[in-house]
Parts: sequence; structure tokens; C-alpha cells
Amino acid sequence: MVYFGDALSHASILGVALAMAFGVSIYIGVAGIAGAIAILLVVLTSKWQSMDTILGVVAHSFLAVGLIAASVFGTGVSIEAILFGDILAVTWSDVALIWCGVVAILGIVAARWRNFIVATVCDDLAASVGVRVKLEQFILTLCLAIVVGVALKTVGALLITAFLIIPAAAARSFSKTPERMAAVASAIGGVGALGGLVASYELDWPAGPAMVAICALIFVVSRLRLRADV
Amino acid sequence: MPKLSKGGIMSVLITLQDVTVQYGASPVLEHVNLKIKHGEIVTIVGPNGSGKSSLLRVLTGALAPRTGTRLHAAGLKIGYVPQKLMLDHTFPITVRRLLDVPWPISTKDAQAVSELTGISQLWDQQISTLSGGQLQRALLARAIVGRPDILMLDEPTQGLDQPGAAAFYQLIADLRDALGCAVIMVSHDLHVVMSASDRVICLNGHICCE
Repeated sequence: MVYFGDALSHASILGVALAMAFGVSIYIGVAGIAGAIAILLVVLTSKWQSMDTILGVVAHSFLAVGLIAASVFGTGVSIEAILFGDILAVTWSDVALIWCGVVAILGIVAARWRNFIVATVCDDLAASVGVRVKLEQFILTLCLAIVVGVALKTVGALLITAFLIIPAAAARSFSKTPERMAAVASAIGGVGALGGLVASYELDWPAGPAMVAICALIFVVSRLRLRADV
Repeated sequence: MPKLSKGGIMSVLITLQDVTVQYGASPVLEHVNLKIKHGEIVTIVGPNGSGKSSLLRVLTGALAPRTGTRLHAAGLKIGYVPQKLMLDHTFPITVRRLLDVPWPISTKDAQAVSELTGISQLWDQQISTLSGGQLQRALLARAIVGRPDILMLDEPTQGLDQPGAAAFYQLIADLRDALGCAVIMVSHDLHVVMSASDRVICLNGHICCE
């Protein structure tokens, strides 16, 4: 799932490039491409075995094509802004869109949580209680597509994956159950985002990287705690 | 609990009719006919690649047969005990939380199934820290939540030593008596079959003997 996010965020660069080329909102471009990738990945992995290979192929070919498209259609927006995002360029309509995304994802995840857990624990067990693993995978992938779509402009394509992985990894040391891990990971992500903003304002650091760096710091602390426990 | 039919004849829980399963070119299972009746213990043995796991997956409903049909009693409740979980060892989940998969259960129900399977002391332990035998008992406890009509176990004693396997078989037999459920179990070990089995089915692409 982590690499799903990676593939989606890489591929979304193509979405940005195409959106700029056709003069539509970059959210539409990104959401379109991310959704298409989500479907593509779920379909391909059901026919072929190695998920890693498919993700690698899809992520990097879309990244390459996206970079070419960005260069060919060359418009005002720099590649750097797409890769690293620019939280300070966010408008109120962006904020509204992000909140819509947040509400949508919270709703979907809350509704599907039990099914997600069963599907994660064991696929045959899920099937024995009537949970369709493929469907749950697809819904989860669509959620990721929404995350990538709304977060691209602020966090940037390269750092979205960091936000997906690092808070969850840090939360692991403080969690005994998946519910708690989800809550703690969200809290750590929130602290990282706020802390990053403060660092950006006070120290003039780039905002996105500052946020990820703070999450990484929390991760290191959580590891130390884990070792102290052992 | 399924009702007995009029004449006191055991009711049939699942029927497979002429089931064939195929992956790629060669069939894994051919022309399998099988009836699982209420309350009986059935052990399926066969060498690797004989289609045991496929047969079990057809029985649970996870795998649709290529041809043939699977019929089951109305409202059939299956308690499935997987051979292992797909979780990697970093996934945080306690034994108590596992009992809540897929649906949360009351503390009272959790205590009841934990006492039957002897895992009451393990509630706060992470799944990843359990021994093979403890994990099997935890998965078994989860499966009997909600009083299933049939328990299905995939190689439950793999990785257990002989006394461990014997103790586990005894537990299964006790549970069958306590809950009145049918049990269907898959094993690759042709030599050691649970003595409490009512029927043993030898499988090698088709049913060789019963």
C-alpha cells in the first residue's frame, strides 16, 4: 500500500502536466490520472503476480512521461514546485478542496474499516465471512488517489509518500491495535505539519521538507523508546 | 444451530457436485462430489499439490469452481481457521483485538471462547509474539465466535510438535462436542490423522478414497 501511494504520486506529475497543457484545474488532471492508475494497478495485479514489479513499471513510466509532458507543454509552473509542493502558494479554494477530501476519506475509511482489517488479516478468512478483498483493495486505492490528488499542490509529489509512511512507522511503537495506530499516526502527521509550518515561518525553511523532517524526528524518538522498552 | 430433519437423519451443510477447479492448463480438482453433514469431523489428506487447499477454498466459498456447483444450507455459518495470517510482524494487533475480527464481540463472549480454547491469559499479547500452538488456538477462538455450524481448518497442526498436535486435535474434538459443529480439516500428513475423525478423505486431484 505504501508503494501504491508512491506510484500514484509519481504518476500524478503526468496529471499536472496534462492539466496545464489543456488549461484545466490541476486537481482535475491529478485526480483523473490517480484514479486511472488506481484502476490500472488493481486490474494488473489480479492477472500478474508480482505487485512490486508492476508498481515500479507504472510509477516510473508515468513519472518519465509526466516529466516529458511538462517539458514539452512547458508552462509557468516549475517542476520543482510539483515535486516538492508549495504550501505557501495555497489559496482558500485549495483549502476548501483539501477539507472536502479529508471528509470524504474519513467517511469512506470509517465505513469500510472492519472490512479493511479483515482483508488485511487474511484473504481466505475475509472470503469466508463474505468480504471481497479485491473490492476493499480498490476502495483503499481510490482513497489513496484522493489523498495524492488533494495533497500534491501543498506537499509535493516526492514527499506525499513520506507523509504516508513515516507517521505510521512512528506510531507503531505506541500502538497495540490497528485503531490506535491509525489515531496516533494521524496525530504525529498533524504535529509534523504544524511544526513544519512554524519552522518554515520562523527559520525560512521550505515548508514541505520541514514537515517531513519533523515527522522523521518523531520516528527516531519512537525508535529510541522502543529500544528502551526491550 | 441447524435443525435435524424429520427422520433424525443428519442434515447436510454443504454439498459439492462434480466440482472442477483449474488454474492455467491443468485441472487441480476434477469431478469432486462431497457432502458435509451436521456434526461430523472430516479430515482431508493428500500430498502437496493434490488440491487440498483449493478444495477447502471451494468449501469456504473463497474460490468459485470452474464447473460444478456448491450448495449450502441456508444461513450457514462458517468458522474459518487459516493456516497463517498475511500480517507481517510489525502489524499491531492483540489477541483480544483479533477476536473482534470481523465484528466486535462482547467481553463476555470473548471470555467464553477464550476459556474453551485456553487463551484467556494471552489477551494483551501481540499476535506476532505468540508461539505456533498459541496462534492456532487464538485463530480457533476467533473462529468459534458466533457458534459456527462448521469449522474449517487449513493445516492446523503444521509447525506443531507431536504432543502439540495431539493436544490440538483433542481440543478440536472437545469443541465439536461442546458446540455441536461439523469440522473439516486439511492435512498433508498421511500418517498421523486425527483419531476422532468420522471420515477421512484421500485427495489427489480427485477423491481417491473415503
